[in-house]
Amino acid sequence: MEMKQPFESVVAQHGVTVLRVCRARLSIADADDAWSETFLAALRAYPELPETANVEAWLVTIARHKVIDIRRAAERAPLPVAAVPEGTTGLGMPGTGDTVGDDALWAAVGRLPAKQRRALTLRYLAGMSYREVAAALGGTAEAARRAAADGRKRLRDYYQDARSGAGSEKGKGR
Amino acid sequence: MNDDTPGGIAADALPTPIDPVDLSALHDRLETGAQAEGLLDIAYTIVDSPVGRLLLAASPRGLLRVAYEREGHDLVLDSLTAVSPRILRAPKRLDEAARELEAYFGGTRKAFDLRLDLSLSHGFRRLVQQHLPQIGYGTTLSYGQVARLVGNSKAVRAVGTACATNPLPVVIPCHRVLRSDGTLGGYVGGAEAKATLLRLEAAA
Repeated sequence: MEMKQPFESVVAQHGVTVLRVCRARLSIADADDAWSETFLAALRAYPELPETANVEAWLVTIARHKVIDIRRAAERAPLPVAAVPEGTTGLGMPGTGDTVGDDALWAAVGRLPAKQRRALTLRYLAGMSYREVAAALGGTAEAARRAAADGRKRLRDYYQDARSGAGSEKGKGR
Repeated sequence: MNDDTPGGIAADALPTPIDPVDLSALHDRLETGAQAEGLLDIAYTIVDSPVGRLLLAASPRGLLRVAYEREGHDLVLDSLTAVSPRILRAPKRLDEAARELEAYFGGTRKAFDLRLDLSLSHGFRRLVQQHLPQIGYGTTLSYGQVARLVGNSKAVRAVGTACATNPLPVVIPCHRVLRSDGTLGGYVGGAEAKATLLRLEAAA
C-alpha cells in the first residue's frame, strides 16, 4: 500500500518552489505571509489529499490563491511600498474609462464588432500575419483579412462620427 | 500579469536564490502556527545520546515514539503517518522529554515523569509495556518474571514480543528485561545499546 509521506517531507521538498511562486508576485514580507498561509492551509487539508495527487501542483495552486488574497487585501488598504507589485490595468482597453490618448478613437474601437476588433488588434498591435490571426481566431486567413478590412473601414466611419458628434470631448488626451 | 499564461510551475519558479535562513525562519513560523491552530498532530525532533541519535515524537496527548537510529528514522516517521500524516519537525513539544532523557543519560534522573501516548500498542503488548516502569532503575527482571507480573506466567514469549515492539524504548524500560539465564536477550536498539543502558544504571 502506498502511504502518504509525513508533511515534513512535503515542506522539505516543495518549500523552495512555493516561496518562489510567492516572491514572484509579492514583496518579501508579503511572500513570507503567503508561504506560511499556504503551508498551514495545506497541513489542514493534507489528510484528505488523495495519495495519487500531484503535491507540487496542489501547493502551487494554494499559493497562487493566497497571493491573490494578499494582493486584494493590499489594494483595499494601500500602503507605501518600496517596490510596486504587479497588478492588472484597464489601460488601453476601450470603454474602461482608463484609456490614454484619443478618446474618440477608443470609443470607435469599442463599438466595433468583436470579431473585427480582435482581427485588427492581432494584425496591427500584435503584428501577426493573417495566417496567424486565422489560427488564433479560427476560420481562414482570407476571412481574417476580410474581417480586418471591414473593421478598418467601419472604424474610419465610427471615428468620423465620434469626432463630429462629440468634438468637445477632444483634447483630453496627453 | 501572467496569471493566465500557461506553463505554470516552471514559469513561476524563477531562478532567484533562496536563503536557507529564510526557509528555516518560515519553518519555525509554520511550527508555531500549526501548534496554535491545533494542526500539529505529531511533532518530532532528533536528539543525540550515548546510544546514538534518538527520534522523539509526540502527539498532543504525550510522548508517542522513541526510535533508535538503527530502526531508520525515516521509516519510523513513515509508519507514524498511520496515526496522522500531519507530522512536522517541531522540537518545542519535545523539550521536556529531551531534558529528562539528557538527565537520565547524565545519571541524575532515575525515573521519567512524562505524559505518554500509548496508542501505537494494543492488547497484551500494551499491558506489558504499562507494567514495565515498575521495574526499578538499576534492577532487572527475566521475561518469565514479567509474565508473572502481568498475571500470565505462560506468556513468556508474548512478553518478549511486547518488549521488542515497545514504541518508547529507554523511557519505558524494556532494557531491564533479560533472559532467565542472565544473558541480555534482544533489544530494539541492539545489544550494545542495552548493555550501555544497564551499565549506566548500575554505575549511578
